[in-house]
Amino acid sequence: MKARIRKIVTIVEETRREMDREITPPTRRAAAIAVIDNPFAGRYVEDLAELIDIGEELGQLLASRAVAALGIDGAHAESYGKAAAVGENGELEHAAAILHPKLGAPVRKALAKGAALIPSSKKRGGPGVALDIPLGHKDAAFVRSHFDGMEVRLSDAPRANEIMVAVAITDSGRPLPRVGGLTKEEIKGTDGLR
Amino acid sequence: MPQVELRKRVIIVEDIFHEGGPVAATPYRRGAILSVIKNPFAGRYVEDIAGFSKDLEPLGLEMAEALIEALGGAAGIEGYGKGAIIGSAGEIEHGALWHAPGGYAMREALGGALAIVPSAKKVAGPGARLDVPITHKDASYVRSHFDAIEIGITDAPRADEMLLALAMTVGARVHDRAGGLKAKDIKAKDGLR
Repeated sequence: MKARIRKIVTIVEETRREMDREITPPTRRAAAIAVIDNPFAGRYVEDLAELIDIGEELGQLLASRAVAALGIDGAHAESYGKAAAVGENGELEHAAAILHPKLGAPVRKALAKGAALIPSSKKRGGPGVALDIPLGHKDAAFVRSHFDGMEVRLSDAPRANEIMVAVAITDSGRPLPRVGGLTKEEIKGTDGLR
Repeated sequence: MPQVELRKRVIIVEDIFHEGGPVAATPYRRGAILSVIKNPFAGRYVEDIAGFSKDLEPLGLEMAEALIEALGGAAGIEGYGKGAIIGSAGEIEHGALWHAPGGYAMREALGGALAIVPSAKKVAGPGARLDVPITHKDASYVRSHFDAIEIGITDAPRADEMLLALAMTVGARVHDRAGGLKAKDIKAKDGLR
């Protein structure tokens, strides 16, 4: 691997009740997070190719970890999202290099499909910073029941010379969706939007 | 006594490969399971609460077993700890109800453990973080296994809820080198050394 990984964390969250109503089946979402060295910390580097390749590696690794943590077949995943937090000696552009050029393809491969854009967020911050990973349906971005977000944080990351990279995957939407819009049953799944 | 009403469950697993030093051949693994349940005593003073400890036993056992599975099985688990965050309409005494069912559940699911289970608890609002202390499950003085895992859930505990946590670890701290009693030297079988 090109990435020097300090730690990998997986979080699975299952909601069984909401406002005194039982959620059956429970809604479930998982995030897999890697903390890596930032090879460009502390200096300006023009060519970010190394981070772009690291993004590809992490897409595969984190998607497979998140799917495994949910205990499902990748094809049964419903929504996804990605995010990165760069430590104080790095730049936002480092997060962009990891997240945008190559991370998506292996994520989609792990999920069998994924016509929709993978929603993303990024920031620079210190250890313990909260990342809100946006979530959207993997095949049709307009599915309203699946617009969501998952907060993750690690008390010791990112250190100044590190980057924290997260992929979130769910097998469901929000617990009690009732604001209308496109439903998952209506997905055509060709243009990534509807 | 009241039913245990579970709203949410979260499992966290950390694989730690290094912390600036040599990369470990087997990563140090640390995990926690959190359950968010309704606090049946929220909003009023109830004198007789002790029975709820008994009601929490099945939940404790289910949590211990799920965490062990997430960490790859009971055989490798060497450290443990527990904690509770009580929502703001409750009292710290409600958190104390977790001591017996949380601890005994882990002992049972691990097939025995001698050391006292270290713990931390507090009353707090949604998103509060708790450092759950961790020590070796058979001898509290094993220095390589003193650790802690920070836990918390953005939307819990609500005022009338309690967040209950169990933590377990596989292995010693990744760059353990502060000396003291080693796991291989545990002898007394008294839970301490």
